[in-house]
Amino acid sequence: MQNIMTKKEYQEYVNKISPNSKILRNTVRAFVVGGLICVVGQFFTNAFKARGLDETSVAGLTAMVMIFLGALLTGLNIYDEIGRFAGAGSIIPITGFANSIVAPAMEFKSEGYVTGVGAKMFVISGPVLVYGITVSVIAGILHYLLRF
Amino acid sequence: MDNIFDNITSYINAFVVGGIICAIGQILIDKTKLTVARILVIYVTSGIILTALGVYQKLVEIGGAGATVPLTGFGYSLAKGAFNEVDKYGLLGAFTGGLKATAAGVTAGGLCHKVTQPPSPCHVPLSRPLSYLSPNNNSLL
Repeated sequence: MQNIMTKKEYQEYVNKISPNSKILRNTVRAFVVGGLICVVGQFFTNAFKARGLDETSVAGLTAMVMIFLGALLTGLNIYDEIGRFAGAGSIIPITGFANSIVAPAMEFKSEGYVTGVGAKMFVISGPVLVYGITVSVIAGILHYLLRF
Repeated sequence: MDNIFDNITSYINAFVVGGIICAIGQILIDKTKLTVARILVIYVTSGIILTALGVYQKLVEIGGAGATVPLTGFGYSLAKGAFNEVDKYGLLGAFTGGLKATAAGVTAGGLCHKVTQPPSPCHVPLSRPLSYLSPNNNSLL
């Protein structure tokens, strides 16, 4: 066993001994929980559609309901439990986006409502909004230019 | 209740498509050690790019909420909103369309921390989010 290892060698060593089955297990969990969250979303989508709402309203309302559910479960400390089990299955759906806003807002409440709650709640979702909006503007401009 | 079989198919499709999108995220986390914030940014931007390429629309047709609930679906809404407004109002639409289409979600996100201000996290009444709608709710201040 050599004592001096470069960072790369160490990483290779870790990769060699860490079991692949763990990745498979995590992926299956993410698939099942992520899928189930989407089924809940589909339930609300179908329910709103059945009431005769148009596509834009259905999409907006479904997103709002899912965000409120994610926020509520985070507030009840249930979403963290789901996240510990499901990994990306709870992060990727929009409920995870709500969780990423609410969790820091709860944690930094002691730092006050402006620089604590107000600033820290966007610590993860801020970059998502910034890059999402930026890329959508670029895509929109390209769409405008390529129309002609 | 119209077609029950149609509904069941939509749930299965949502489960499979949504599950696959989340499983890809888990593989990215395990294999690349990307942080959560980076994964979410990658998901939103790839949702926009796939929509611009005309791929994501097909995924939404198949998967329904399975494609719109994951964060790539947020990118899809942003891009679709921008494209629709460009078609309607020209270049200005590129700047207004994305946020207009996602306004409900972004606003809900900005408001939703209010859900977490109960007296004690263990005794939150389930009706809590609806308290926003009450006009004399001074916890909004």
